[in-house]
Amino acid sequence: MELFHHDLNINFLGMRKISIVISAILLAVSIWAIAVKGLNYGLDFTGGILIQVNYQQPVDVGDVRTALEKAGFRHAVVQSMGGTREISIRLQPPKQMGARKESPDKVAGDVSKSVLTALQAARPGVKLAQPPDFVGPEVGQELKTSGISAAIVVIIGIMIYLWVRFEKRFAFAAVASEFHDTIITLGIIALVQREFDMTVLAAVLAVIGYSINDKVVVFDRVRELFRLTRKAETAQILNRAINNTLSRTIITSVFTAITMASLYLFGGPAVHGFAITMLIGILVGTLSSIFFASPMLLWLGVSKKDLMPVTRENPELARRP
Amino acid sequence: MIDFPRWKYWLVGIAMVLGLLYAAPNAFPPQPAVQISPNRDARIDATLQQQVTADLAKAKIPYQSITIDKNRMLVRFANTEVQLQGSDTLRLALGDHYTVALNLATTVPHWLQAIGGRAMPLGLDLQGGVHFLMSVDQDAVLKKQQQRYLDDIRSILRQKQIPYDAVSQSGNGVLAVFKTSADRDKARGAISLDATDLNLADSRTPGGGYALTATIKPEVLQKLAQTAITQNVTTLRNRVNELGVSEPLIQQQGENRIVVELPGVQDTAEAKRVLGAVATLEYHAEDESVNPQEAARTGNVPPDDRLYYTKDGRPVVLKKRVIVSGDELVDASQGYDQQSGLPDVNVTLNSAGARKMLDFTTQNVGKRMGVVYIEQTPEVKMVDGKEIRTSKTTETVLNDAVVQGVFGKKFQTTGLSQQEAETLSLMLRSGSLAAPMQIVEERVIGPSLGQDNIRKGRDAVILGLALVLLAAAFYYRLFGLVADIALVFNLMILVAVMSAIGVTLTMPGIAGIVLTLGMAIDANVLICERIREELHNGSTPLASIRAGYEKAWSTILDANVTHLLAALGLITVGSGAIKGFGITLFIGVSTSLFTSVTMTHAITALIHGRRKKLKTLWV
Repeated sequence: MELFHHDLNINFLGMRKISIVISAILLAVSIWAIAVKGLNYGLDFTGGILIQVNYQQPVDVGDVRTALEKAGFRHAVVQSMGGTREISIRLQPPKQMGARKESPDKVAGDVSKSVLTALQAARPGVKLAQPPDFVGPEVGQELKTSGISAAIVVIIGIMIYLWVRFEKRFAFAAVASEFHDTIITLGIIALVQREFDMTVLAAVLAVIGYSINDKVVVFDRVRELFRLTRKAETAQILNRAINNTLSRTIITSVFTAITMASLYLFGGPAVHGFAITMLIGILVGTLSSIFFASPMLLWLGVSKKDLMPVTRENPELARRP
Repeated sequence: MIDFPRWKYWLVGIAMVLGLLYAAPNAFPPQPAVQISPNRDARIDATLQQQVTADLAKAKIPYQSITIDKNRMLVRFANTEVQLQGSDTLRLALGDHYTVALNLATTVPHWLQAIGGRAMPLGLDLQGGVHFLMSVDQDAVLKKQQQRYLDDIRSILRQKQIPYDAVSQSGNGVLAVFKTSADRDKARGAISLDATDLNLADSRTPGGGYALTATIKPEVLQKLAQTAITQNVTTLRNRVNELGVSEPLIQQQGENRIVVELPGVQDTAEAKRVLGAVATLEYHAEDESVNPQEAARTGNVPPDDRLYYTKDGRPVVLKKRVIVSGDELVDASQGYDQQSGLPDVNVTLNSAGARKMLDFTTQNVGKRMGVVYIEQTPEVKMVDGKEIRTSKTTETVLNDAVVQGVFGKKFQTTGLSQQEAETLSLMLRSGSLAAPMQIVEERVIGPSLGQDNIRKGRDAVILGLALVLLAAAFYYRLFGLVADIALVFNLMILVAVMSAIGVTLTMPGIAGIVLTLGMAIDANVLICERIREELHNGSTPLASIRAGYEKAWSTILDANVTHLLAALGLITVGSGAIKGFGITLFIGVSTSLFTSVTMTHAITALIHGRRKKLKTLWV
């Protein structure tokens, strides 16, 4: 079966003005979402206390939130854990409790006790599902920094490799697309306020790997076509490269998306964030391989002579008549 | 004809067999069990087996089997719930003589175990248990060392009879003030000879005195910090053993944190109690005028003495006066006696301790001296509905020995077996541990949640695999089927490699496996697309196959190397979930390079290679 005709020739580069404008808008919205709405950091990053409670009767999340606010616990993140009776509450310890310089595990115990009292006052029949989990804020801060440095190390490593194997313009175009894909993926997560936890961070870093994979395949074809054709315009070459690899780009994305969808559907809540983020990243990465990376190459002014293998003068040959 | 080298067929065949063999242990789910190991003089034998059988029967707890393996007994249960009941019952019944620990007994056949086959250990999220992250207070380490150098410098000055105005702590070091610069010069000479770990700098005090600032060298500070962590890890490991957890994870994370993961444990309070214990050491003189057996029997002990017991229950009467205490002990290490070659323990004291030890040993050669290990474990009791925090103190004599000569700063304890020497040096070190720790992260994962996660993870892997297999076979027909075989083997080899190097399987790891499945097929997509392209360009089927593999290879290599770089970044910088995911991705991408290219090429060559004339390709 073939979904794509083999001499398919869509003028993707011709759409570059529109596609780049769309990319720019998406980037702007994403940066706005990340800056203004912010990422909904999970316990891993914020530090704080996670309390899971069970109600005997179904309960409304809003009611729980009101009960907590009444008792002075502001900014608590209240979420349902699937059913209507299990609720998870994430909060920072109130200042007066944190300030007493007690060990964090004692504070966690105290806070969970007073939260439970507050909830019971509003509605009896509630108990702790398990001892409270907590993460020191310092640990969370460290994770954030190490996450960012992981992303930077990965991007720089990839850039060096592409610089050596291809050429510097390819490295720049790839890294620009990396930032493009990562920021838009993060932007969507921020926009829908999906909880950003460790697994989501892992997925974002995996998106970097996935998206570079996609770009390299297209770039590889660009390099090959440049070397094969005697004279051709850069835009033409780029277009042919995208078209030749289009089938592969989309089929691979579909295959990977299938696995991530099954992970989302069957893997349970622990990997929901991961699967969703990957799905978003796959979509963004695929589109940017087609519409964003090659226009970048064109603008950076890549040309045939940048890619010709360096021919070394062979003295042995020169001496021959 | 496709010329595919014969050795590559062999390579592919061997990889398939090895993958199958070493992935197989994971198909045997471990069984919840309780492990009983002896303490002190207790023994594992048939009598114990009878007792255990009787105890379990009395409590009406069904078990599946009891086996004795070397020096431990394993009682297997049907599920974790019964296992927990069983372990509680046995712990109560067997008391202090045995350590009762939760365990997951392997059900892997013996012949597989014999060739090194083992299942991947499961992470806490798949098994249930408690997770702690502890932060080591490095300031306290610094303070302690500062105090130690302060004492050292004072005693050096006193020894060399150099007059000084004051010696005090300042900032990161010690400040000594002298009246004349000549005194200071003398002091500098003496200190730099004795305490090589210090940087010395001159300055003038506002009052006109001559000041000498001694700061601990940065590299020494760094080493101290690392030693503190290592020591704490050792101590924690010791204590966790007492808790009876069969496969605890205790390791350093970052610069000053320690992760403790206790699979199977559900009671955080009990775990915290044991982890939070404080231990110290004291050297006492032995009172040899009293018969310890007699004293133990009658309870008559002179007012200056106290009766202690060794670990194996032997009474020892020691004087109450402390010669040297644990905070004066700098280091203890196991070594070998230079003359006899027998194992011994080398102890180093700080100057203050050395002086006291010197005073004592000068007068007491030929007499006995004992080391007491004091451990305080905090306890929380409920009295009249209120929490009462108390602490339980246990004091045991680690060792008592005859003072053979006069010594101060460094001395050896001999007459020990290898095992005893190792334990003693470890206990001495952990007793001298003075870096307090705080729990900064705490998580509990219930065992049922773990079971649930395993089932969901397995479902996701199987379904993801099945869908990709179908899609590939549908889209690329025969070549898709070949890719499918390679994909199944990729999963198998990935699991085999992870099992063989002992990667702990976690939920993010499973996500990594599923993702790898999707990514591994990419190489085949590249190859198949290339072959189709070649066919469209008018090449013959066999030439298309050859060109397809050749041309796709450089693309596959570039794409996978960049992907491996990304995975490597995850491993080196990330921790916890990210690291587990990165490791899986790295192994998965590497194995897929082999299965997707070499393995499919071999199979394709096998199918098409023998036919001289190939008309059509099913791609």
